[in-house]
Amino acid sequence: MNTRNIATYVGGILFGFGLAYSGMTKQEIVLNFLRFDDLGLMFVMGGAAVVTFLAINVVPKFMAQPLLGGLFKPRISVLTRNTLLGALIFGVGWGISGQCPGSAVASLGMGNWPVIIGLAFMFIGAYLRGMLVKG
Amino acid sequence: MFPLGIEPYLVGGVIIGLGVSLIYVLTGLHATQSSFFTTTLSWFSKRVHFQEERNVKERDWRLMLALGCITGALIYTLTLSPTGFWVTGVDLWRLALGGLLVGFGTRLSNGCTSGHGISGLASLSTTSLYAVLTFMGAGIITAHLLELVGVV
Repeated sequence: MNTRNIATYVGGILFGFGLAYSGMTKQEIVLNFLRFDDLGLMFVMGGAAVVTFLAINVVPKFMAQPLLGGLFKPRISVLTRNTLLGALIFGVGWGISGQCPGSAVASLGMGNWPVIIGLAFMFIGAYLRGMLVKG
Repeated sequence: MFPLGIEPYLVGGVIIGLGVSLIYVLTGLHATQSSFFTTTLSWFSKRVHFQEERNVKERDWRLMLALGCITGALIYTLTLSPTGFWVTGVDLWRLALGGLLVGFGTRLSNGCTSGHGISGLASLSTTSLYAVLTFMGAGIITAHLLELVGVV
């Protein structure tokens, strides 16, 4: 097992713990947010983004490269029609089910078995997206 | 507006951010979630899209990230959780239909709540900002429309 995989596993434990702590792994809490019954969820994405902003923008001023090798490179992507069309479709699915990819995966750790169905359909959706690409 | 207070949300968000940051500082990788579906499918599908070099290269660590997330939620459930193990009451048809759209949409958009919402915004990517505004708007409108027709 290489160290990079161990690093992502350990970071993933924090990620999943935070998702569960914040309630994101409970689809009802996400749906309450989208219906404006409880706006607390803004602070989840906000809190995570602010901490990550420091890691991406400040830490590289003090370190030449990541501790285990590799490169520091911000996550910048080109805006296309697919970016927005995909986000629109994702948002509708999020509003129907209260599931997003990370929270659905993590919620298995709470014993939330019906989300196995949701995850199976996420794989089908990702496969259909691949079918649209030639080859 | 905040029936449960903001503490669990803010603290949970900061912990998520620490996980993403730890991975970035150690490896330079962006710990985003929805690519996991595509990279995992590279083990099962010979289609060119799934066999792209980056998908094959990333599939190991993305699987480890997913297993880490499950482990982390399990640890929370066994320690701090006031409710312990927990099962959603959302209808299965909604999990299935919503899941299909989430899987297709996030892969078409190249990002989800974590890819665009955390790593993208933290990178000050305007592409991700537009994506976040789009999926938040679509999610809010969809949930409200469902409530109007009695699906809650």
